[in-house]
Amino acid sequence: MASDTKHLEMTLETQVESVNLAEEMCLRVAEAAGFGEDDCYRIGMSVREGVINAFHYGNQERPEKKIHLAVDLTADKMIIHVLDEGAGFKLIDVPDPLAEENLLSTSGRGIFLMRAFMDEFDVVSGRTGGAEIVMSKKLPAPGSASANGQGGHNATPQQEA
Amino acid sequence: MSLHATHRDAGHVTVVDLSGRITLGDGSALLRTTIRGLLGEQRKLILLNLADVDYIDSSGIGELVSGYTAVKNQSGDLKLLHLTKKVRDLLQITKLYTVFDVFTDEGAALRSFT
Repeated sequence: MASDTKHLEMTLETQVESVNLAEEMCLRVAEAAGFGEDDCYRIGMSVREGVINAFHYGNQERPEKKIHLAVDLTADKMIIHVLDEGAGFKLIDVPDPLAEENLLSTSGRGIFLMRAFMDEFDVVSGRTGGAEIVMSKKLPAPGSASANGQGGHNATPQQEA
Repeated sequence: MSLHATHRDAGHVTVVDLSGRITLGDGSALLRTTIRGLLGEQRKLILLNLADVDYIDSSGIGELVSGYTAVKNQSGDLKLLHLTKKVRDLLQITKLYTVFDVFTDEGAALRSFT
């Protein structure tokens, strides 16, 4: 890890309250890093969805399991890791929530939202054997419209191609 | 901010005024019990006023869809009024904007139920 990288991590209980806790912690980091309001919203939402995924699908809401959250702030981006203690999954197995037959599904949009809101997104096999979501967003250039502002031209989330 | 819900009658339509966040946990649960409660009272024409809902996560989106399906299954109708920008953007990128009838004017929304 580069010496100028700031690293933060916390272990969360498998409970609903952890979702808000993780979101609040990452929002503070994002605001301190200079992200604007719209990017903070996207980062906060993505962290929520990552922890919801770990809580519900990964750990199956089992309280003896933990959720591991880590944030790396490098010179050019904020990287978020969400690791669960479940069985893991492959992105290719996740149904497309935009497919006609899935539009009225009551679940399955979390991965889609994280992909839409972050610059980079992947799911890898974690050290606990569970799934590790790794996602990042580039830091705004100093003085840019998206730095502590309204998010510039990319204020509206764009649908993936 | 947690979710608050009140409802009022507007002719044969029930308008549900929501404020706060519809997210995993209490927010989604309140939306569910509110819609199920109205259906239990045979109020099947429902207009959700989301003017003061500034945040919805995937759990909240799922609950909106669940409510929509439950109402439709009882030959009723559920429509949305006054979406905030964040909620509108979410419904657009998830393609649900094409599923729900969405209105910016309450009068027009109420007339559409006939």
